[in-house]
Amino acid sequence: MHIILSTIDNIYNWAKSNSLWPLTFATSCCGIEMMSATASNFDIARFGSEVFRASPRQADLLIIAGTITYKMAPILLQLYEQMAEPKYVIAMGACSCSGGMFKNDSYSVVYGADKIIPVDIYLPMCPPKPEALIDAIKKLQNKIKQESLIKREAFISSHKTNLHLKDDLDILTLKEDVQIFKMGL
Amino acid sequence: MSIFYLIYIEFMIRLNAPHWLIFALWHLILFIFIAILLVITVIILVLFERKYLAFYTRRKGPNRVGIYGCLQTVADAIKLLFKENIEPKNIDKMIYYTAPLLVFSPIMTVWFLIPFTSGLIPFDSSCSLLLFMALLSISILAILFAGFSSGNKYSLIGGLRACAQAISSEIPIFLCLISIAILSGSLNLDIIVKTQKDSIFDWYIFPNILGFIIFFISALIVMNRTPFDLPEAESELTAGYHSEYSGMKFAMFFLGEYALTFIICAFTATLFLGGYNSPMGFYFSDLLNLPIIFQEFLKNIEQFIWLMIKTGFLILIIMWIRATYPRLTTERTLNLSWYILTPLAIFNIFIMSLYKLLRSIL
Repeated sequence: MHIILSTIDNIYNWAKSNSLWPLTFATSCCGIEMMSATASNFDIARFGSEVFRASPRQADLLIIAGTITYKMAPILLQLYEQMAEPKYVIAMGACSCSGGMFKNDSYSVVYGADKIIPVDIYLPMCPPKPEALIDAIKKLQNKIKQESLIKREAFISSHKTNLHLKDDLDILTLKEDVQIFKMGL
Repeated sequence: MSIFYLIYIEFMIRLNAPHWLIFALWHLILFIFIAILLVITVIILVLFERKYLAFYTRRKGPNRVGIYGCLQTVADAIKLLFKENIEPKNIDKMIYYTAPLLVFSPIMTVWFLIPFTSGLIPFDSSCSLLLFMALLSISILAILFAGFSSGNKYSLIGGLRACAQAISSEIPIFLCLISIAILSGSLNLDIIVKTQKDSIFDWYIFPNILGFIIFFISALIVMNRTPFDLPEAESELTAGYHSEYSGMKFAMFFLGEYALTFIICAFTATLFLGGYNSPMGFYFSDLLNLPIIFQEFLKNIEQFIWLMIKTGFLILIIMWIRATYPRLTTERTLNLSWYILTPLAIFNIFIMSLYKLLRSIL
């Protein structure tokens, strides 16, 4: 049984890791570097991930390219929840890793996208170079190659967000310390 | 009757197979042949398009999976197979699940109409042209279904756009098919191909160059290819009519789109570029001195290769257009097909009738 599963694992991981289709999602200046990574000098098409899907249903990889404000947070969460299951997240840039230069005194910036959704790869720098994004994708590929179908249940449950999404979308509740963000604060 | 069918019948009769089995098995073999050909073609086509677009923007394109990235589409296909099946809240379930099948099955049926070689015509009908148009319309209906049932405003707009485009461009396509029917005197594709077999100047592109251009542009509109890809315009409508579809259902739309691209190019080659006929008027296999059965076999393979070369050339042009032109707006697309292509196509029928008349008199 384990032999069969591990063979399937190898094929499946190979397929998953080599066709990471990113979502078209860029909130600020890191988006420019992300676009540059698809263009001719850097070309992430070599790793099979130049297929930017506009619909989150068809995307596998959410590259959070830019600052996440409280106003953007519900939208980010909604996009993440709309993506179909083998889904991965790269937090690109210092803002989406930790809040970056807004860290100490900003009233509107979420200090790190991992407060909202689980993140697989952190990619600091402000903004990261396209080479760095390619490196992050390579690291994510290596991470995917370690996965197995048996541990999948635990993996999915660990990838749940700790936020509640209400129907009207403008109220966002943090489960742990009962904190309520309204849209635009 | 075709050489393959005769060999098959001979073989089955020697095995003492019952008649119904012979009949059923032949159709099963044809189905398997078409299915394998379709999947292989789509896999090659998607990879080729990605490499070709990369070539146009001075990139390398996929090159990490397999040699020169030859397994890239295989990896994509496996990933899409395993992807989660999302069922949105507001869908109309019945129609939502029928649409991906309905978009794909008519296109696959169209594949049976093509005369691949002189000996291999999967479904030889006396009204192939009519069937072609009818089946094409069904796949457009499926796109409308997908847009309508998703419960998403962008999907709905995409579906309606696809429908409007298809209705407006199917009329010039049909008028061009009428001009071909006038020239050949038949609706049967086999006869259409056989009437243009003697040399390159017998191809219908030479009297009917206007018809060829109109047909090609209208076909681009029906296929939703790039200058007219409004139904899935990413900057306006997320992903258009298939934006709520994930995983395998999305893959069916993808498969259908590329299968349609290939088959319309094969149809254009058959109607205007002489189909499986060689442009020189003779076949290389005719020059060999072989037993008749081998010679016939080789000739069939050569004809298949000629058809693939012509189809590939047309596909190359379509991808070239995709790499070059930006997208038109909706009303310009519709204006193009209603005000320019349709009157020109009617005018073209008139010219072709005149040409046919003069040829029969002189």
